Amino acid sequence: MARTLYEKLWDEHVVASPDGEPTLLYIDLHLVHEVTSPQAFDGLRLNGRSVRRPDRTLATADHNVPTDPISTPVLDPISKRQLEALEENCQEFGITVFPRGHENQGIVHVIGPELGVTQPGMTIVCGDSHTSTHGAFGSLAFGIGTSEVEHVLATQTLPQQRAKTMAVTVNGRPPTGVSAKDIVLAIVAKLGTGGGAGYVIEYRGEAIEQLSMEGRMTVCNMSIEAGARAGLVAVDETTIEYLRGRAGVPSGNEFEELADRWRGYVSDPDAEFDAELVLDASQVVPYLTWGTNPAQVVALSGVVPSPDDFDDLDQREAVSRSLAYMDLTPGTPMREIPVDVVFLGSCTNSRIEDLRAGAHVARGHHVAANVRALVVPGSHRVKRQAEEEGLDQVFLDAGFEWREPGCSMCLGMNPDQLKAGQRSASTSNRNFEGRQGRGGRTHLVSPAVAVATALLGRFASPDEVNA
Amino acid sequence: MKAVQFIEGRAVPLERSDVDTDQIIPSDWLKRVERTGFGRGLFSEWRDDPEFVLNNQSYVGATILVAGPRFGTGSSREHAVWALMDFGFEAIIAPSFGDIFRNNASKQGLVIVQLDQVDVEELTQLIKESPSRLVIVDVEHLRVEVPETGWQRTFTLDAMTRERLLNGWDDIGLTMRREASITTYEQTSHAPSLAGVFDANGHVR
Ligand code: SF4
Repeated sequence: MARTLYEKLWDEHVVASPDGEPTLLYIDLHLVHEVTSPQAFDGLRLNGRSVRRPDRTLATADHNVPTDPISTPVLDPISKRQLEALEENCQEFGITVFPRGHENQGIVHVIGPELGVTQPGMTIVCGDSHTSTHGAFGSLAFGIGTSEVEHVLATQTLPQQRAKTMAVTVNGRPPTGVSAKDIVLAIVAKLGTGGGAGYVIEYRGEAIEQLSMEGRMTVCNMSIEAGARAGLVAVDETTIEYLRGRAGVPSGNEFEELADRWRGYVSDPDAEFDAELVLDASQVVPYLTWGTNPAQVVALSGVVPSPDDFDDLDQREAVSRSLAYMDLTPGTPMREIPVDVVFLGSCTNSRIEDLRAGAHVARGHHVAANVRALVVPGSHRVKRQAEEEGLDQVFLDAGFEWREPGCSMCLGMNPDQLKAGQRSASTSNRNFEGRQGRGGRTHLVSPAVAVATALLGRFASPDEVNA
Repeated sequence: MKAVQFIEGRAVPLERSDVDTDQIIPSDWLKRVERTGFGRGLFSEWRDDPEFVLNNQSYVGATILVAGPRFGTGSSREHAVWALMDFGFEAIIAPSFGDIFRNNASKQGLVIVQLDQVDVEELTQLIKESPSRLVIVDVEHLRVEVPETGWQRTFTLDAMTRERLLNGWDDIGLTMRREASITTYEQTSHAPSLAGVFDANGHVR
């Protein structure tokens, strides 16, 4: 029987499928961070349980680390407590941990791939919904809650219901100036925030194949914004070349053998999906969100929509509420809307390629007056590489802040927050009310648009910067 | 976890759709390392508004929340469930739910009741008319009732979730009945071990 990639990954990880109960799935890699783990470790202690496979568990500090220089103390007492708890718990249970300032520390979905511990064919979980990022490697990766974190720590397995499969096929090539972020915003807009619920999405088609691993990660990252728990991209030579030479993979013949096995992590040609969405990449343009959910997307060249554009009464109300929160007037050209803060970072867009794309636009220009612009590399490794390439200097010369790695303003758990009423252009993945700080207004954009926006002080595309 | 067979109490009409987990419990509450006390952060951005339904005295002490479609979308934070439960809710009734939220909720003993949108709207009307009306969520018989008016609907739960709720079964204990299968699986697993990759200080070997 022809199988989709998801079905292959599923079948390979079944530990037991008892009658009338969910299937017990084996977890190959468990990534842990400071926010969703303390109560899980607490639970283990409470019940006298240990971690079954510390050697398949990896922890890093990311969600609430300050992005100030490492020498500055963590002022927020609760952040401090969570960060300390992570270190103590990992010490106690024998888990490798990268605390703040460690050379391998960074956003959990950035470090897994860059260290080569994220590999094709794996099942990967983390107590964070953007774990779907790792699916770019042909691995089944999804977010879990804290009690599931505890469950995986104790048993290295998870009871799971099989998902339905959806193919999202993006045919053709996108126009120049269109990034992976624009592609995924187009997909989320099409599917809506609930369209992917119950599905695992496999992204495919020429536009996906021609993406770098960084781009594929950006796409898979936002699967959850369409309601899908996981996103996948089949393994190809791009996957294998990305992993070659990374810390977590063997070298020489052993790598070639592994790579051969990885090449099998693709859907069979005649495998059937439960649903399919087809997009034409040539129709994708630079996008941004205007509202308070990631499906509320409009072209950068477009205008703020009006509730009257929508038929459904429920939706009209939701649109009105979003517009009120975002303080926007229907019909306003997006390009005329000024911003206060620009954030280049997060597990969606903080990898080296994202920083290169941003620096390319920033070079030789300056951030507009009254705009605060932050660049937060996804990890220390990304930061070091960017510094080797001189990207830090490009950003600093252009008036951007060059900060230490972490989740930062993606969710505002550290001091990097929007103030009430401030408007941001952000390369992150969620524009929910208050996400980047109480009362803050978030517009999701690609790295290139973020930087162009910082330079012009209003939403802008890179081609306007030199005009 | 506590067993839940039968919930009888007042119900609060939230009347909002797409209530995501950031709204249920804003991220500044995620920094705690304890499992308790999250109820104070529930819907905290909305609770500043005196008109917000949870600030309405007639609903104080309610144990059932009635919400619009797509309740609990967004992040995987289980804190959303802890906040709802810590506040005193034992069941959420809505036309649809975020997947991860639904999953998290059933593992903690928070009962997820999915009804058709028209039924949720009817129920909302009933409890708005008279906030003191008792509502019953019967997990044993998979029924929602408003005894005073005779209004009654059935709902579904997968068999496992229902059993667990009824018995108050803990997840890990259930899984460890399969310990032998896990060990057998591990003997053939391809998954790499990180022990060879990092030294004791987390540096690449
Ligand atoms: S960058 Fe944002 S979305 Fe990504 S893991 Fe951190 S908080 Fe979650």
